[in-house]
Amino acid sequence: MLDGARMLCMLLDEHNILDGAVVAPALHRAQTAGKVSRERMPVTSTLATSISEQTQWMLMVRDARDRAAFAKLFDYFAPRLRGMLMKNGFGAAQADDVIQDVMLSVWRKAASFNPERANVSGWIFQIARNRQIDVIRKDRRPMPEDLAMPESTDVDGEQVLGIEQEVATLRAAIARLNPEQRDLVQKAYLGELTHSEIQAQTGLPLGTIKSRIRLGLERLRHELKGAR
Amino acid sequence: MTDIAHHIPEALLASYVSGTLAQPFALVVAAHVSICEECRANLAAHEAVGGALLDDFDPISISGDLRSRVMAGLDDDGMPEPVRPRGDATYPTPVLEALGGKSPRWRSLGPGAKQCILEANKTGSVRLLHIAPGYAVPDHTHGGLELTLVLQGAFHDETGRFGRGDLEVADDDLEHTPIAESGLPCICLAATDAPLKFSSFVPRLLQPLFRI
Repeated sequence: MLDGARMLCMLLDEHNILDGAVVAPALHRAQTAGKVSRERMPVTSTLATSISEQTQWMLMVRDARDRAAFAKLFDYFAPRLRGMLMKNGFGAAQADDVIQDVMLSVWRKAASFNPERANVSGWIFQIARNRQIDVIRKDRRPMPEDLAMPESTDVDGEQVLGIEQEVATLRAAIARLNPEQRDLVQKAYLGELTHSEIQAQTGLPLGTIKSRIRLGLERLRHELKGAR
Repeated sequence: MTDIAHHIPEALLASYVSGTLAQPFALVVAAHVSICEECRANLAAHEAVGGALLDDFDPISISGDLRSRVMAGLDDDGMPEPVRPRGDATYPTPVLEALGGKSPRWRSLGPGAKQCILEANKTGSVRLLHIAPGYAVPDHTHGGLELTLVLQGAFHDETGRFGRGDLEVADDDLEHTPIAESGLPCICLAATDAPLKFSSFVPRLLQPLFRI
């Protein structure tokens, strides 16, 4: 995750081909160390209070089909999804349809949520992007094979916290970007505009836009370094 | 699985996450991630950036009506999630889905080479290539970007060796001749955003015929 700035740099450099992939440390550890036996603890252990509310709600939905917890997830995510969809040019009614589909998918697909590998917001973001692609392109985005479900519902609290801390660091770094820089990162990730569309809209030559985005990313990298 | 040496470049992964990547390339990314733990972790990291941006949006209030509709929808089991096929030793889940549950229908592409087109439209094309050991993919250049993911066997070309799970990224500067290694036939998933151009005269004539 802390390599977020680096990966953002790559994002803007279409011809840059990495020799080796940049790996987000905790997420990578989560995946490759999965086979190593480690002490697992139930969510209800002492650490649980430090895990974010969203993750706890999601686990209650996943493990206990808890409707009250789902309602809390809805109240947190639905208004934010609405904000994102409206920014992406969805009309009110169309946005409502997408929100409904996304939140019902969260309920139905809860079993495949694994907090040791993903964070709730990222997981829901990905479901929402899929739904948007369905609506806009009338085409399904090919998805990777689902991971096998863990046999136990216990989670490794330390691992979950590690991911949450990295996400928090990333979020703080994004928050410290100036509005213009943040806007560009947002455009890249929310896919509102392709780079040539940005050019058409602003009338700036592509190279200038790239260097401006890169400035934003340098700033992000600096923020990330400071936060380490 | 651990010996994958050639991974998905960051820019492509971010583009996949943002949903702006053309469908043929998205299939290759999904197929690689299915069999590469490292890129799966990397993908989750990019999704987390998207999640952080989602968290950051100013909430816009939701009608009580929508909320009740969704809560009522929790009881509705009428639309169960479709069961996805498990990937086999050669074809990962998204490729099996693209094949629609059928075996590939191979069409000859010249000596030792055949193909099965999965999708071809104005955004590009994606196909399976089947190259017999020791044979080459006909000499070609690209009008744009080409992604080649090895699903079985291995090939080598001017840029290196590619085995199962390895992804070769070629742009229009690269003129290469991938040659399948001995052993199993080399099966690749190849996506382009422009028609391939063959370097020699005769294959170019055959190009419309093979739709490559």
